[in-house]
Amino acid sequence: MKVYIYILTMALVTYLIRVVPLVLFRNKIENRFVSSFLYYVPYACLTALTLPAIFYSTESVISAIAGLVVAIILGFKGKGLVIVAAAACVTVFVVERLLTLI
Amino acid sequence: MDKKIEFCNGLKDGIPIALGYFAVSFSFGILAIKGGLSTLAAAITSCTNLTSAGQFAGLQIIIAGGTIAEIILTQFIINLRYALMSLSLTQKLDKSVSLGQRFIIAFGNTDEIFAVAMGHFKDVTFLYMIGLELLPLIGWTGGTVAGAIACDLLPKSVCSALSLALYGMFVAIVVPAAKKSRPVMVVVFMAAVLSCILYYVPFLQFISKGIGIIICTIIAAAIGAILFPVKQPDNETEGKA
Repeated sequence: MKVYIYILTMALVTYLIRVVPLVLFRNKIENRFVSSFLYYVPYACLTALTLPAIFYSTESVISAIAGLVVAIILGFKGKGLVIVAAAACVTVFVVERLLTLI
Repeated sequence: MDKKIEFCNGLKDGIPIALGYFAVSFSFGILAIKGGLSTLAAAITSCTNLTSAGQFAGLQIIIAGGTIAEIILTQFIINLRYALMSLSLTQKLDKSVSLGQRFIIAFGNTDEIFAVAMGHFKDVTFLYMIGLELLPLIGWTGGTVAGAIACDLLPKSVCSALSLALYGMFVAIVVPAAKKSRPVMVVVFMAAVLSCILYYVPFLQFISKGIGIIICTIIAAAIGAILFPVKQPDNETEGKA
């Protein structure tokens, strides 16, 4: 039973962090610095989440780099999320199979 | 009809997230069972928390017999970045989104869902967000259950490959934006360098992953905002006045 109290406490804290800013700020922010800052947040945040963590997300750094390169190339060509993600996965799978042959 | 399209667009954009989540939460399920949690407890953790780093950290504390205070503090620090994301998301919500709907949307504001929402070609509606959040929630919970029930259901090679799905999506969001806008490229470059510094420089490694992401995000986005203030397209009329 104690475990469930812990789990629900975790859930509550996480939810509050997510919900409070979303509910409090109802208007478009007018301040130019703040709105610029928030505009850049997702790109900065996603980059920080991806690098360098991506290198250690698969069985080998090599397959991860291959997947990243493929994703960057397809992203640069403007391909959609599903295609880029799928191509990155397939690349990792193929490269890892090739690595086992060496 | 229009509403149906919004919802379906959300669902479609949620597919790669759900796939990636399945792989990640699969390993969470395995770890939870190894740590002595029941399958039910693992599933409840995933469907109520919907966060990777926070859950992994929380699980470790539960296994170690930590205190509630420890749980609260850890979750707060690791997940604080969601506050930034939620704040950022408020600027992307369509005017039609009501207060009550915000309470629902907030539940599923994860890194990836936030990223896709922000990368969406127009302001996001409630139905789009619900569609977007639904499959990832199912994937996250389902992956946990699958991992818990059958530790070796998926071959290791497939798990390894699937784990790149999330990052592939990040790249698909960041790269086109950086290609179009030099300021975004500069911000991305700064965030990448900072993140690698925090990761690789030995005496900085005491900084937890969650805090590290907050630091990188705040510094890179703030420098971006100082160097390249964004013209607000929504307030063009105001600027002219």
